Amino acid sequence: MDVNQYMGMFLEESREHLQALNRCVLDLENDPKNLTVLDEIFRSAHTIKGMSATMGFTVVAELTHEMENVLDLLRKGQLPANETILDILFKCIDTLEQLIEAIANGNDSSVNIKPLVTSLIKIAKGEPVTPASAEPADASDKAIVAEQATVSLAFDDTETKVIKAANRQGLRSFKVDVHLRDGCLLKSARAYMVMNALDEFGDVIKTIPPSDDLEKENFALDFTAILLTDSDPEKVQHALLSISEIEVVTVTSVDIAQAEPSGQVKESTEVVSDDDKLKVETTPIHDAASTATTTDKKVKSGQSVRVDIDKLDSLLNLVGELVINKTRLEQIGASHKLTDLAETIEQMDRVTTDLQTVVMKVRMVPIGQVFNRFPRMVRDLSRDLHKEVNLIVQGEETELDRTVIDEIGDPLVHLLRNALDHGVENPKDRQAKGKNPVGEIRLIARHEGNNVIIMVEDDGGGINADIIKQIALQKGLITPSEAEKMDNNDIVRLVFLPGFSTAKVVTDVSGRGVGMDAVKTKIESLGGMVDVETKINEGSKFKIRLPLTLAIIQALLVKVAEEIYAIPLGSIDSTINITPADIKTIQNQEVILLRGQIIPIIRLAKVLNIPNSEQENPEELYVTIVHMGEQKAGIIVDTLIGQQEIVIKSLGKLLAGIKVIAGATILGNGQVALILDVGSLMAAKG
Amino acid sequence: MEENTLVNSEIQLVVFKLGRENYGVSILQVQEIKRMTDITRVPHAPEYIKGVINLRGSVLPVIDLKKCLELPPNDDTDSTRIVIVKVEEILFGVIVDAVSEVAPIDSSSIEPPTSVVSGVNNQYLSGVGKLEDRLIIMLNLEKIIGIGIDSAKII
Repeated sequence: MDVNQYMGMFLEESREHLQALNRCVLDLENDPKNLTVLDEIFRSAHTIKGMSATMGFTVVAELTHEMENVLDLLRKGQLPANETILDILFKCIDTLEQLIEAIANGNDSSVNIKPLVTSLIKIAKGEPVTPASAEPADASDKAIVAEQATVSLAFDDTETKVIKAANRQGLRSFKVDVHLRDGCLLKSARAYMVMNALDEFGDVIKTIPPSDDLEKENFALDFTAILLTDSDPEKVQHALLSISEIEVVTVTSVDIAQAEPSGQVKESTEVVSDDDKLKVETTPIHDAASTATTTDKKVKSGQSVRVDIDKLDSLLNLVGELVINKTRLEQIGASHKLTDLAETIEQMDRVTTDLQTVVMKVRMVPIGQVFNRFPRMVRDLSRDLHKEVNLIVQGEETELDRTVIDEIGDPLVHLLRNALDHGVENPKDRQAKGKNPVGEIRLIARHEGNNVIIMVEDDGGGINADIIKQIALQKGLITPSEAEKMDNNDIVRLVFLPGFSTAKVVTDVSGRGVGMDAVKTKIESLGGMVDVETKINEGSKFKIRLPLTLAIIQALLVKVAEEIYAIPLGSIDSTINITPADIKTIQNQEVILLRGQIIPIIRLAKVLNIPNSEQENPEELYVTIVHMGEQKAGIIVDTLIGQQEIVIKSLGKLLAGIKVIAGATILGNGQVALILDVGSLMAAKG
Repeated sequence: MEENTLVNSEIQLVVFKLGRENYGVSILQVQEIKRMTDITRVPHAPEYIKGVINLRGSVLPVIDLKKCLELPPNDDTDSTRIVIVKVEEILFGVIVDAVSEVAPIDSSSIEPPTSVVSGVNNQYLSGVGKLEDRLIIMLNLEKIIGIGIDSAKII
């Protein structure tokens, strides 16, 4: 078999299972008695083992195999899930991650798994002698299977009746045990094929595990079916063996009398003697079999497809083009006053909007994918730092565009590490301050309008503004006179300045410096922003605001002289009319007073050097009030054109360095309009 | 680069005019030639970038070659064109006064740029080719967008 074509699938599934393993082992640590979690761990490990064996990655298979042995003992309660074992399991997961990444990079067995394998074997053997632990793994595997089979080979009333009835009709009942090949990729599909094949011979009245579990792949490699047939058992066996990836098929006849208490036999015999009733009894079983097939189909339609993100990108681009053309049509309809067209366009508008939402949704991924790895990271880090921290994660289901998800991980790691390293104090210090010795870090995601907010909060020491100020002065990032004017919040925001962070700052003082500018840059490149709030001894809160999507946004189109600009609606508070007399100056900065709030004014014509924008004292000025975080500003424009859906296009490499412009968009008439970057406009004001 | 190879072979040039001089770029770099269209000015962009245009849904920067080459400016005419070129995977337009022809030129007849060329910044040229009795100044587009990237970073 050429395994390369399955490589991508193998890698992705392995990574998913590893993530599941990480999560479950963490759960297990908190609740060592939780058998469901253990089952999940076992399944994930087993799947990885199967897949890697098929793909020929023996090292991975060997390690997971030994893990399975230990997990099996845990599951049977023959081993307690204590710290040592869990630590070893975590190490195994780490090693597996390394192995998988090594495979992804093209070199297989570069990681040494011997020590881990040895300790796993030791754990398995270190127990008081039980047959399973002493035996080599293969045997214990089979032992489980056998156990499963015998335990569940009991028939309930109806089944007994049916078997009896069938026997009377001259049908024989067989127990068909199927063992799939190790590493079988589509177990449920194989099971389905087996069931289909069996249906040709007669009726399957029972499966072990139940057919639901077969569909959901809730079984290891073995399953059993009870078949009523008049065919030869060898024929059945032969037919099943012709299905690929089936390793062993055993067909044994079932003696119904042995499988039930004698009292019931009599009872059922009585019932069976009634021929009419017999038919009634048989039908529902047949029905059950057919329902099983229908549910199987249902499951299939609900299955997901892995799609290359590039394809989704081009799909999105096409939808973007469609939106542009729709806007163009709208304008034609409006300028020619064509009512017929207007109706059609309305229809089309709905369809494009729906299409757009669907395409956007397709690209949306729950942020839990990123959050998943943090509990583990925080656990490890808090151990290293000898701190006790409780990580609370909320809103994992919040969905974000795939491109954002891919990029947001690193900044979050940074913020979490900082919160842990510099935010949360030592247990002793915390006690001295009268706090709970166990620190708390909250990682919260939620929707807010067209944005997603991610917050990293700690209840630690907070950031000392005075120290930040000193450092900033020392490094010449601000002048003493500037420092005078800044309030505490402004000062704390200095940590985002490039050049503020050096290793020394981090270790000596309250820290928070490491790569904060990198965090800020990354988030801004995603069209988002980050802000910080802090209170001494109460903790700090980093708030990241990200746009839901990067491609299509609502914007307000404004005109200054002959130029049209788009302002993202997400950053607009309101638009107001003022007279020139409303503008006051404070220290040479033009401001207006809006509902008691002082708002600085940005004259777009001036900031963007727009030519021919001299106007002779207009009586009325249009001001768009925008906000970025807590800060507000008013942008003066000549005309407000209206709200429109725009598709964001990049300006390309040649124009990448221009700060106040976030991108470009194409208007309905084919003209290019530039999108303003409100954040940097506000920074560049004056 | 095709222009610089010393192998005796013909290369196809797109020849265009800037003022009174003839310029050429390899046809392999030219994607298409477009009539003058609305150019949106980009604030704070380097001076020689005239703005951006819409090319079937993509936004492309347009370079004012005359600013680069320090040639005297003149108004757009009916024959003004935007030549869309692709250099190192970057797509952009250059404004020219007129596109005259596509002409084959023998690579052996291309000489390195000398100071003979009237008042032009030498670094943006890759050579001077003789086509019959005309002199074709070969543009080094890589250099031209090279400066583009540098000065964009400074801003």
